[in-house]
Amino acid sequence: MPLVDIKDIHKSFRLGEEDIEILHGVNLSVEKGEFVAMMGPSGSGKSTTMNILGCLDHPTSGTYVLEGKNVEDLDNDELAEIRNSTIGFVFQGFNLLQKTSALENVELPLLYAGLGGKERRERAVKALEEMGLSDRMDHDPSQLSGGQQQRVAIARGIVNRAPILMADEPTGNLDSKTSDEIMSLFCKLNDEDGITIILVTHEPDVAAYAKRILHFRDGVIMDDAINNNRRTVQ
Amino acid sequence: MISTAEIFRTAEISLRRNKTRSMLTALGIIIGVAAVIAAFAVGQGANKSIDEQISSFGSNFIMVFPERSGAASQGNIRYLTYDDAMAIKNQVSGIDALAPMVDASVTLIYGNTNWSTTVIGSTSDYSYVQNRTILHGRDINESDVRQGTKVAVIGSTIVSKLFPYENPLGKQIRVNKIPFTVVGIFDTKGSSQMGSDQDDLVLVPLTTAQKRLVRWKGTAGRVRSIYIQGVSMEALGYIQNETEALLRERHKIKPKEADDFAVRNVTQMLEARRKTTTIMSMLLGSIAFISLVVGGIGIMNIMLVSVTERTREIGIRMAVGAKAGDIRKQFLIEAMVLSDIGGALGIILGIVAGYSLASFTEAPPIFTVPSILLAFVFSCLVGVGFGYYPAWKASLLNPIDALKYE
Repeated sequence: MPLVDIKDIHKSFRLGEEDIEILHGVNLSVEKGEFVAMMGPSGSGKSTTMNILGCLDHPTSGTYVLEGKNVEDLDNDELAEIRNSTIGFVFQGFNLLQKTSALENVELPLLYAGLGGKERRERAVKALEEMGLSDRMDHDPSQLSGGQQQRVAIARGIVNRAPILMADEPTGNLDSKTSDEIMSLFCKLNDEDGITIILVTHEPDVAAYAKRILHFRDGVIMDDAINNNRRTVQ
Repeated sequence: MISTAEIFRTAEISLRRNKTRSMLTALGIIIGVAAVIAAFAVGQGANKSIDEQISSFGSNFIMVFPERSGAASQGNIRYLTYDDAMAIKNQVSGIDALAPMVDASVTLIYGNTNWSTTVIGSTSDYSYVQNRTILHGRDINESDVRQGTKVAVIGSTIVSKLFPYENPLGKQIRVNKIPFTVVGIFDTKGSSQMGSDQDDLVLVPLTTAQKRLVRWKGTAGRVRSIYIQGVSMEALGYIQNETEALLRERHKIKPKEADDFAVRNVTQMLEARRKTTTIMSMLLGSIAFISLVVGGIGIMNIMLVSVTERTREIGIRMAVGAKAGDIRKQFLIEAMVLSDIGGALGIILGIVAGYSLASFTEAPPIFTVPSILLAFVFSCLVGVGFGYYPAWKASLLNPIDALKYE
């Protein structure tokens, strides 16, 4: 059974008087342990697809089965629980809470999972250490570099042991050296911890780290192939 | 599921991060609650002071006293006399009781102790008109007044000064060296609103006081003033008019001349003042309540701005697993914490403001637990009421829309 399985997903937005269809029937299956990069030009529907996969947005029509559960049957609270425990997110703009320490940012999913203060702290410290940020835990996002902020965001994505990590242009705001550092962290999480990674990017260099690359165009997947020239971490 | 305690902490952290904004928002509630509490306390204090004055004068009270006027200044000074009093009593209807009185400053001596006080000479109706009761012994009576006996009824302050260890009844005290027998003790009445001790008094028969204690030259039977108690509030106006007419006639005042006496309808004056005070305090109270509501709207305004400003934060929280209910609770608790802190500080400020306002009115403010609770509970309700809409609005956001918000 695939971990993620969407069939014939359509998505329309209302723009003024008319509906604009962004997705025209997207089909995709992702197995556990995969590392998928979604590529394509702006407006091709890759981000919208990822938002639907991440239960941040609802499709207009189509079916979505996540870990064997039919997502359309879930109410908003159940979707919140999925975002909390099944899917971790990493965004282009980091999306960290301002004026809030790295540690508290990473603790946030655990807070909503209802964990006690001590366990929250221990797990958040561990996740930040794994991201190489042991000495930056008490820093606010404003005191961290872009790469450091993105590593805090990744720590937040994995801290509740979500089996899936979704990243929307995670290197979009970073220089190429920092981008490589971030991508090697994704590879490590995929290779060593078996976390399934779904990544949206328009940079071929970044997509090259993935095991499987999808190409979006005009709201459908045009090409879906195994990446035979996978970049490895130096 | 996140615990409510954690949401409280989250709310607290987020309020701390925006200290200035939080304080300014709370200020609306602080001022509102303080205004309500101060207005109520000052109003109640003023009312109580007037009530006390009314009860200390007795009910339906009219006072007649001589007053220098145009006519009097030309040398025809007429005083009020015992005969004036009796004429009023006999000819004006609607009078329940009447007491002419004189007073004098005297020194009391008992054994080795002396005490300076005011002695009042009056008739058997004095206690009734002045709303005094006899605790021990007896009051002065008509035969005391007729015969000019040297008896005295004393207040509890005199008892404690001159008779700390003895029963004063039957003992002789010297009033300006003249021996009087103590026949009765007044019940304690406490301090008046103006702060004077109402138990520091000695009452003796009018005639005795006129003859032996008051050294006035001229008119025989002269009295300081006449206290009248009417049968009802409604009768007071009539009594006032009739008394004026009668005294003008008795004092032979020509039509165009001014009175050489004054008739004051004390109860009516006080009742009128009480009405004014009540209206004033109701007015103040309603303005205060309006400011409390405006404070609540301030909270709503800030919370709405805060929801918009923090849309991204809401999106982030939702993306990592916050439920709509968690978001709603967080914003609601933030509003409640603001209004509760505002309410608590408002109570303190209200008490301070009440005392400083009352220093102008000379009536101490009265803070009652119900009025303070009312203001506080109302401020909490304002917080919940006006905090709910922004909280509910925040919880409706779609996670992705909130995240994309710029």
